[in-house]
Amino acid sequence: MGQQIVNGLFLGSIYALFALGYTLVFGVLDILNLAHQAVFMLCAYVALLLVGSLHLHMFAAFPLAVLAGGLLGIVVDRVAFKPLRGRSDSNISGLISSIALATILEAVGLQLFGPDVERFPLGTVPDRGIQIGGAVVSEIQVVIIAIALLVMGALTFLLQRTRLGRRIRAVAESPLAARILGVNVDRIIAAAFFLSSALGAAAGVLFGLAFNNVAPDMGRAVELKGLAVIILGGMGSMPGAAVAGFALGLLEVFTVAKLGSSYRDAIAFGVLFLVLVVRPHGLFGKAALREA
Amino acid sequence: MLLSLEDVRRTFGGVRAVDGVRFEVGAGEVHGLIGPNGAGKTTLLNLVSGLIRAEGGAISLDGRRIDRLPSHRIAALGITRTYQSIRLFPALTAADNVLVGEHLLRRDPLWKRMLFLPSVRSEERAAREKALHLLARVGLSERAGERAANLSYGEQRRVEIARALASEPRVLLLDEPTAGMNPAEVASIAALIRDLARRGHTVLLVEHNVKLVMDVCERITVLDFGKVIADGVPAAVAKDPAVVAAYLGAER
Amino acid sequence: MNSEALRDLWLTYQSTVAFIGLNGLLALSVYTTLACGQLSLGQAGFMALGAYTSTILTLHAHLPFPVVLAAGTLAPALLAVPLALPVLRLKGVFLAIATIGFGEVVRIFFVNLDYTNGALGLVAIPQRTRLWTIYAALAGALFVLWRIRGSRTGYALEAIREDEPAARTMGIHADAYKLAMMVLGAAFAGLAGALDAHFNFIVVPSSYSFARVVEMLVFAVVGGTAVFYGPVVGAAFLTLLPEVLREVGSRVGMQPGPLRLFVNGLVLLLVILFLPDGLASLPRRIRRRLEARRAAAHAP
Repeated sequence: MGQQIVNGLFLGSIYALFALGYTLVFGVLDILNLAHQAVFMLCAYVALLLVGSLHLHMFAAFPLAVLAGGLLGIVVDRVAFKPLRGRSDSNISGLISSIALATILEAVGLQLFGPDVERFPLGTVPDRGIQIGGAVVSEIQVVIIAIALLVMGALTFLLQRTRLGRRIRAVAESPLAARILGVNVDRIIAAAFFLSSALGAAAGVLFGLAFNNVAPDMGRAVELKGLAVIILGGMGSMPGAAVAGFALGLLEVFTVAKLGSSYRDAIAFGVLFLVLVVRPHGLFGKAALREA
Repeated sequence: MLLSLEDVRRTFGGVRAVDGVRFEVGAGEVHGLIGPNGAGKTTLLNLVSGLIRAEGGAISLDGRRIDRLPSHRIAALGITRTYQSIRLFPALTAADNVLVGEHLLRRDPLWKRMLFLPSVRSEERAAREKALHLLARVGLSERAGERAANLSYGEQRRVEIARALASEPRVLLLDEPTAGMNPAEVASIAALIRDLARRGHTVLLVEHNVKLVMDVCERITVLDFGKVIADGVPAAVAKDPAVVAAYLGAER
Repeated sequence: MNSEALRDLWLTYQSTVAFIGLNGLLALSVYTTLACGQLSLGQAGFMALGAYTSTILTLHAHLPFPVVLAAGTLAPALLAVPLALPVLRLKGVFLAIATIGFGEVVRIFFVNLDYTNGALGLVAIPQRTRLWTIYAALAGALFVLWRIRGSRTGYALEAIREDEPAARTMGIHADAYKLAMMVLGAAFAGLAGALDAHFNFIVVPSSYSFARVVEMLVFAVVGGTAVFYGPVVGAAFLTLLPEVLREVGSRVGMQPGPLRLFVNGLVLLLVILFLPDGLASLPRRIRRRLEARRAAAHAP
């Protein structure tokens, strides 16, 4: 039982990090960035390259891959979202634009790395087990949960206690008011994309490490789970994304334990439907629309 | 009484936008609804047309409760409206906008369309002619083929009125039709409203232009902070101390 | 060119022509809901339902092809009703996500269905679909959409798309129309799925993924959703372009898979940024620019 809980938390922490990235951009722009999963995938490859070809230690590769993700996020904003800023239909055209960019990035990934699964070189992932209470968990699982919690803590600190965080929250509340108060809205949005994609990159590297599996289509599956998570947690709610991420991870693990692995993916969508029909704004989401 | 409101209530985030409003509009009457900004006039129109739901009280059309009905049913019963912020379909031409307004009265079954039956062609022609006729009534014949987005502000307002008339409504709700207009345009709207009155239409006119309301309306209801503070003929309302106080107070 | 070379050329490009037709029909299935302002992304699920229903009837019940096609069209259309009802009141991105979820649930269902060999799918389906079958279906779909345009229904859809609450206050029963369009889109997708299954010999769940419906959306948007034939233009363009660029691609060293994805993505990005009404709006734009230039030349 304890084993299952750790499994669930470990899977959930990856979902949570990914979903936090989604939510951050949604909170600020009211748009779903579907290029998020492409960044997730590409940065897993970046980490793979750094470790495999440049022989860097994971401790160095991880932050570098996360940084790469952040920078890629700024590019995504600049190319796909910023040019559409003034348009009346910017919600749906932004969505489509992000799909376009995701497709391009996927094509790049597929071309550069080929369709086959890649693995981290032996020794990258510690293989040891740790005894916690009556359960034996693998070290990598604990490390990932710890890193995820650390990242979430850092994110919370940044958003609640720093000037940048205040500005981001101001823009999320009302870009017009923020602009009047002197905030450079475009730059704050770029910063939000940096953070969001850094989170996605972190999720990607951890995912690749956790399952020792990096493939060009790894973003697709997580993308859909990520949607279920932000719907469950409430679009635009950071605590919602975190809680819902862990919740989904636990739900999936226990579903597999009870019903078998073929229903694992279905549980995410079952939850999705249930939430949308019963309580569309999720656990923590705001029911009202954002003002201009 | 054609349209009656009884103790209608609606709040928005703690603010009582409409707080126990009661008044009636008789058939064929041009009834004004005025009040300072934020008095609840547009909210009231939204409640009558079904865009939002009342939290208490009753709204009745010809004795029949309509406050629980969805807006398309309310329209089918004969209540149409214009909008303060002008909600034309920007990509459609003026004539097409009015054509959409004819929806309730048109008979255009798809299966007949699929079979190219001749009645389809004649029905469509009749609908188009009606749209052009309505545009002529609001003085916009020459602009019929122009895309709504390219029309001037005053022209757009008039197209909206034509569109609202297209389904031959029993009650026409006009939401600040002269907002942002110059005196000449206001005069032409006033003439249009008088023409509607002459033809027997029932009109509920929400307006900021108090002089216009005094000129064209037979009865006026005054709102302030969601409550009715006066209700009667223009002459009486103009002298009502509560009304004067509300407006002087609002001009602070 | 002698007749043998022509025949070879035809055989090579026959499948491309077939795919243009199928992709056109799939693009139209996404368009039907966009036409009333809804982004519904569950069409891959409806396509799968059409494909599997028709295939099972062919392989196990040995029913004639027209019957099988009709079943493949009706089954998803009927299923669209209980799906659409709860999601009708969802707005924008919520609707999109809900329908994405539906599509995935259908795919997962077939992956786990032993009766249809799960992830391996069904094979050895007799090739009953001919080129003319595909294009007859496409023509039928275009005909229906053409006749809807400019009708009372067409105007109602346009109104719902531009401003749904205002449309309602004109007596338009928006929910009924949105439901009808979703059912029509499901029918188109199911028909395409049935045709595709009987053209490509196999039916596997992985063909009906989220990536598939994204591709359909790309076709529709690139072609343009302001006119009913726009999506077909987009499908034709994006099905042909990678073929045309295949030579260029291989010289640059790009594999056909990534090349097709890259082209799709790049064209979509360029269209959404610079030509938001899609390729179908190009003639109109060019004409307008020429007229403006002519007017400017004649002005004092």
